[in-house]
Amino acid sequence: MTARVGVVTFPGSLDDGDAARAVRIAGAEPVRLWHGDPELHGVDAVVLPGGFSYGDYLRCGAIARFAPVMETLVDAARGGLPVLGICNGFQILCEAHLLPGALTRNQHLHFRNRDQGLRVESVGTAWTNTFQSGQEILIPVKNGEGCYVADTATLDALEAEGRVVARYVGGNPNGSQRDIAAITNAAGNVVGIMPHPEHAVEALTGPSLDGLGFFTSVLKHLVGTPA
Amino acid sequence: MPRVVVDVMLKPEILDPQGQAVANALPRLGVSDVASVRIGRRIEIEFTGEPDLDRAREIADKLLANPVIEDFTVRVEADETADAHS
Repeated sequence: MTARVGVVTFPGSLDDGDAARAVRIAGAEPVRLWHGDPELHGVDAVVLPGGFSYGDYLRCGAIARFAPVMETLVDAARGGLPVLGICNGFQILCEAHLLPGALTRNQHLHFRNRDQGLRVESVGTAWTNTFQSGQEILIPVKNGEGCYVADTATLDALEAEGRVVARYVGGNPNGSQRDIAAITNAAGNVVGIMPHPEHAVEALTGPSLDGLGFFTSVLKHLVGTPA
Repeated sequence: MPRVVVDVMLKPEILDPQGQAVANALPRLGVSDVASVRIGRRIEIEFTGEPDLDRAREIADKLLANPVIEDFTVRVEADETADAHS
């Protein structure tokens, strides 16, 4: 049976189309979900895409967190549903307290848009199990508020528990503490990542096909998960 | 009508690049005696009835501020425009 992966569209989402396309290329069926609809329509996993939900008003992700779909999604994620938050989706996951810490304005104040090297460090998550530990990948980064911050105790715990999923290599694009680009929750089903794997799934438009691994990982994870 | 004012500031240990950028621009105005600038957000809330500080605190904690990176204060402020016209 083909896995069904939901992609949520908020007002101001930009990358929902590319995320759905990446899901399809990985071999799953993308299911478009709507911010105002609390129903998850029986999907097996959910992607929160990049963009500027609610115009980034107040703080990035602060208002999206209270969308009807998020109330259902937070409960489902706590119950083990795989959730990947990309860029604005990562910000929403932090605002919803599914992931620790916060994403603040880039230290240099410039919007950064480039192909970015990452080192994948945690390959036990639902979204990274097809990578090798320490594997370096190249995917686009594009953010104005991607500087990951948390208190020292939280950062130490993330590192001690192997919850730093990926770090920037070849230059930190936004000043993130300890070069953190992606983290996971304790269970490994919720992952937030600042760069954009969904933009690196086809040779025509991406700098590599490295992003596809995130989407094939969740399919592998779902096959291994008893229904 | 009295309103509730919520001030939201980044915690002292969180870097404020906006404030730094403003501080770095001050010498261009000929200002050289400013040690630091921090930028926050002021939110004014008008209730339909009496100002409710507890309710405002709840709003601030859940939505207006992110306790991971920000502190906030809540206070009732009298309508200053009435004074200005008297």
